[in-house]
Amino acid sequence: MKALRYLLPLALFAAMVLFLGVGLGLNPREVPSPLIGKPAPAFKLTRLDDASQTIGRDDMLGKVWMLNVWASWCAPCREEHPLVVDIARRQLVPVYGLNYKDNPAAAKGWLANLGNPYRATLVDADGRVGIDFGVYGVPETFIIDRLGIVRLKHTGPLTPEVVRERIEPLLKELNAPA
Amino acid sequence: MIPELGHLALWLAVGVTLVLGIVPMVGAQIGRADLMAVAHPATHWLLALIGLSFVCLLVSFAANDFSVLNVASHSNSALPMMYRLAASWGSHEGSMVLWLLMQAGWTWAVAVFSRNLPPAVLARTLSVMGLLTLSFLLFVLLTSNPFDRLIPAALDGRDLNPQLQDPGMIFHPPMLYMGYVGMSVAFAFAVSALIGGNLDAQWARWSRPWVTVAWAFLTFGIALGSWWAYYELGWGGWWFWDAVENASFMPWLVATALIHSLAVTEKRGGFKSWTVLLAIMAYSLSLLGTFLVRSGVITSVHSFASDPRRGLFILVILAITVGAALVLYAWRAPKVGLGTRFEMLSRETMLLGNNVLLIVATAAVMLGTLYPLILDALGLGKISVGAPYFNAVFVPIMAVLVFFMGIGPLTRWKNDELPALAKRLRWAAAVTVLSAAGAAWVGGQLTFGSMVGLLMAFWITTSVAADLWERVRPAGGMRSNILHRLSLLPRATVGMQLAHIGVAVFVFGVTMVGTYDIERDVAMSPGDSTTVNGYKFTYIGVQSVPGPNYEAMRGHLEVTRDGKPVSDMYPEKRTYRVQRMPMTEAAIDSRIKGDLYVQLGEVIKGDTWLVRIWVKPFVAWIWFGCLLMGLGGLLAVTDRRYRAKVPSRDNERTAASTSA
Repeated sequence: MKALRYLLPLALFAAMVLFLGVGLGLNPREVPSPLIGKPAPAFKLTRLDDASQTIGRDDMLGKVWMLNVWASWCAPCREEHPLVVDIARRQLVPVYGLNYKDNPAAAKGWLANLGNPYRATLVDADGRVGIDFGVYGVPETFIIDRLGIVRLKHTGPLTPEVVRERIEPLLKELNAPA
Repeated sequence: MIPELGHLALWLAVGVTLVLGIVPMVGAQIGRADLMAVAHPATHWLLALIGLSFVCLLVSFAANDFSVLNVASHSNSALPMMYRLAASWGSHEGSMVLWLLMQAGWTWAVAVFSRNLPPAVLARTLSVMGLLTLSFLLFVLLTSNPFDRLIPAALDGRDLNPQLQDPGMIFHPPMLYMGYVGMSVAFAFAVSALIGGNLDAQWARWSRPWVTVAWAFLTFGIALGSWWAYYELGWGGWWFWDAVENASFMPWLVATALIHSLAVTEKRGGFKSWTVLLAIMAYSLSLLGTFLVRSGVITSVHSFASDPRRGLFILVILAITVGAALVLYAWRAPKVGLGTRFEMLSRETMLLGNNVLLIVATAAVMLGTLYPLILDALGLGKISVGAPYFNAVFVPIMAVLVFFMGIGPLTRWKNDELPALAKRLRWAAAVTVLSAAGAAWVGGQLTFGSMVGLLMAFWITTSVAADLWERVRPAGGMRSNILHRLSLLPRATVGMQLAHIGVAVFVFGVTMVGTYDIERDVAMSPGDSTTVNGYKFTYIGVQSVPGPNYEAMRGHLEVTRDGKPVSDMYPEKRTYRVQRMPMTEAAIDSRIKGDLYVQLGEVIKGDTWLVRIWVKPFVAWIWFGCLLMGLGGLLAVTDRRYRAKVPSRDNERTAASTSA
């Protein structure tokens, strides 16, 4: 019995390592979005390239599309940007940008420098639409289906794994002829 | 060429650590002096090679070599030289090279300053440190190479994160790492003693100064981090119970317990197996902290670029290092024996109380930090644990701890009498209650929490005074002896008292800020003024000022009190050119009686800005208290008995009768 007492620290430690090991596979930033399976919030925003035109939620009905929330002041956006460009180039899905709390001139410069993967970029200068979408860290990415239902939300920069393992299979499913 | 040289030096260091980790250990087991003697030169080589690698990294940053990925990602040609050098450890990769440098430095120091240790003990200890260095060398080389090239080279770098472009951030990581890595010395001594079976008072004496120095650095490191968060993050707070802060605080709590438990092991031969467990825990928690920060398993405001692969590697290091030490502990510790007996009322009991409370506090912090992770791993949902939990659990434990802290030093070893102890402390208790009541009466606003805080601060101070008086009190009415006896006090004792006073100063600062902190947000146009706590803040205006790698809007506020000028304050709002990151630089006027803290908020329109003003009484005492704690530790290490070449029996007896 006495020897067991000296094994206790080892047992506690083993349990901790187990949890840490499991924890490595989880993403603490991935907060389940209450929007999944619900209609996307309504919005009507002007385009970055042409302030006279607006795009609203209902204009997007009937197609599967991706909303990528970004800003020129956001360093991780720069990190994921090549992947977004790649998605657009491979025509996996039409990508729309939501330019979140940004300065339009800086945003245009950013796109000119790094490449513009977006069909259109919507200007969310005061961040109100971002709030409706539950954006709490930029970049964030949403996939919205033909009926305007949010099907996926990814917080933080996209990675090749996320694109390969979550986005591509979902798009295949959504784009399958009904 | 230079980056490749640095990279090569790290691989050569791998070879040295393999030799250091195996040859002296084998030598100690089979009793071959020639094999054990390999350890000493190996530590020199290790330090030289890792030092060379670190210099190569510094040179790459200083010379703006943007063909090195690490430099291109974390520096910029417009960055001032001071920050370019500091950027060497501003990135994950670079900071791990700094970690290695510290590890090699501590290993070298043990080799140089412990020559009078029995050869087998020293050989085993250095071998263990060699193996610890090896694990981190492999981590750096296989997952985080700081010398990776970027081909083609970048034209300019992406710049250092503006939050890190700050003097506090230059010194915070080296101090913290000195503390983290310094815990590896106690760990190595403990493992070596478990292998050799010589867990005795001698072992405690060898470990003690090393633990104390590492603890002092950890104290400075945490305090600097807290100070940086206070003035740079601009939230006006000084501690956020953030996962990364907790990661550094847990080893500190355990190291504090270890310092006190080593005292019992050294003086009375007690707590042996417990002390060795604490020594293992202190370093384990340093590793755990590194894992939590680098792996991204826990969300934190201070997130480093996290990477699951690195996380897995550190987890493997953690599992092997700590797992092996704990297996060794389970196997060898049962044979250690319990040490000498002590009575219910004795200094041993007080220090046991200290240890239990500190470990409970550590467990509470760890639970709060890991709880979100555990729930998530069990699929029970996502939650976050915030400051209310930590304050509710931590503060009562500290209050009890402080109560013991007052009594402990005045209690005699082995057995004491309650009436005699009460007599020694009665004045301290009376003065505590009176001054806390007096201070609360002067300050107004009497809350339960602030009253407890004041009682804690005064109790420590008066009990240290009582302790000092007991030690220098003239026996038989010869008053002229006081100064003489004061000069005879061992430095270990004075160091302890200084550190305890540091705790009092810290608690006082925390209580005053917690109680009397005033915050006000005011929209101000040029010429407007507002009065906060007797200080009149007049807003002069905002003008734009260029910095070396940023543009700033600099506000100007004049502060007066009763019509007399107090200070001119210049808070800034900066935009760093490369990262386009807006940064708020608060203006802080720091005084003994408190800080004035002014920050620019948003432009309302034209010249009208939202200005946030804080008056924070005695906030600087928080960090000054930490400084005193650390200095107390360093003073204790200079005590005569650690300098003596061969501790004589006589020397030991006087030390035992005077200090803890």
